[in-house]
Amino acid sequence: MGEKFIYCDNAATTKVSKSVLDAMLPYFTEEYGNASSIYMLGQSAAKALLKARETVACAIGAKPHEIFFTSGGSEADNWAIKGMALNGAKSGKKHIITSVFEHHAVLHTCEFLEKQGYEVTYIPVDGNGLINPDDVKNAIREDTCLVTIMFANNEIGTIQPIKEIGEICKEKKVPFHTDAVQAVGNVEIDVKAMDIDMLSLSGHKIHAPKGVGALYIRGGISLPNLIHGGAQEKSKRAGTENIPSIVGLAQAMRDAAENIKEKQKKVSKLRDRLIDGILKIQETRLNGDREKRLCGNVNISIRGVEGESLLLMLDMYGILASSGSACTSGSLDPSHVLLSIGLPHETAHGSLRLSISEETTDEDVDYILDTIPKVVDRLRSMSPLWERICKNEGITGTI
Amino acid sequence: MIYSEKVMDHFTNPRNVGEIADADGVGEVGNAKCGDIMKMYIKVDGGVISDVKFKTFGCGAAIATSSMATELIKGKTIDEALKLTNRAVVEALEGLPPAKLHCSVLAEQAMKSAIADYYKKQGIDPTPIIGDLGECEDCQGCH
Repeated sequence: MGEKFIYCDNAATTKVSKSVLDAMLPYFTEEYGNASSIYMLGQSAAKALLKARETVACAIGAKPHEIFFTSGGSEADNWAIKGMALNGAKSGKKHIITSVFEHHAVLHTCEFLEKQGYEVTYIPVDGNGLINPDDVKNAIREDTCLVTIMFANNEIGTIQPIKEIGEICKEKKVPFHTDAVQAVGNVEIDVKAMDIDMLSLSGHKIHAPKGVGALYIRGGISLPNLIHGGAQEKSKRAGTENIPSIVGLAQAMRDAAENIKEKQKKVSKLRDRLIDGILKIQETRLNGDREKRLCGNVNISIRGVEGESLLLMLDMYGILASSGSACTSGSLDPSHVLLSIGLPHETAHGSLRLSISEETTDEDVDYILDTIPKVVDRLRSMSPLWERICKNEGITGTI
Repeated sequence: MIYSEKVMDHFTNPRNVGEIADADGVGEVGNAKCGDIMKMYIKVDGGVISDVKFKTFGCGAAIATSSMATELIKGKTIDEALKLTNRAVVEALEGLPPAKLHCSVLAEQAMKSAIADYYKKQGIDPTPIIGDLGECEDCQGCH
């Protein structure tokens, strides 16, 4: 204990990679110009911005003029949803379709719009955490102004049938937005082939810094201005561009796109070892589809233990993870994602999410698989809930 | 959210964990739906709580408050133990984050519920002495 440090919370945020940091550094103290300035220093910032826009666009199959830099994924989600809602209202279209297990940046924005008189349909997900495209098709109405469905779920890692949903929306002529914050860098994305009209992405999930992201807006769709002021981002999102971070985001997108197949292969192998290893502990279950799953996501419910105490104890062993328990969600209910796939509250409280990266090693996995049973055993030995489960269901043994 | 060193100490090395096979009183509060269950066992000798053990399913604060509550009542008379408030548990732990205060309430209730059980086993109605412990459903925590 004490020396190990195994970061398994890459779905929360990631470490800035060396290549990203190196790409960014000159833009702090050397190329620090304002991209709107006319002299050379400003022009080199403008060039960096242009190049970054091309790189980000290229990584998702978009055109550079379709990329708008934002402060991150939440801002991009807010802009896409509120913007399309405002557009829709002009022609009396005030219905939005989303899913029950979106990120709060989407769900809370939809709830805000409900208070403004919009109607929102929340598509359910199945027990494996997947959306049925037919449910989306059946929910579309004459007055639907937007469908917004996440590309991959942040907690249970399930990858949604985005291409199918995109096709449906195209056929029904309803704009389609996807929150791809967890998918970018982990799943190959082509916005044209997948008929995606708007896509939110975030830098800090893919080894770029926090505070930068982008919204892809298909050419031909006009969103209302998000921030009024200067002419930046075609006057749609005013404010001097955060050049170092934008350069960092572009570098991270390029790195991710170049290595995606290799990463998927390497990381999913480690993920599968973790899943199989943890599931050897009795009374555990994998949350989310086994196959249609992000390469770095492990989410397992462990009966009889509570998530926060599990995380605190794992932290003492140098393993940094997260949970969907109420105590860690900052609210009194456990994660809405785990409840949406039908988990009872008590099972949702005992969930563990490990989100690994290309930096995770086989030795790390060995250590994690050695440590988790010890920690679970310790917590179960002091858990009256576990005692009750064992008694009622005739379970014997500690692990 | 940051836990005090004292909370982390009681979480990492909880005192008095376990069960008492021939306990004189056992109390259980909380429920699995809310994510905390505390079970407390007491042994009483001549009006003094001579031994106390607990088992808790819950977050770090739930485990730490149970541990601290058992330390505070061990060796005390029942009357002294009944004067223990959740606030005293929080103070002894050098504070709790606001969202975790309900854990200290639960620890107080677990202890009182064990004493109530002790009285019942003695054929004494605990309500006039301890008062109404309230149901979990009344707890503000879940609403």
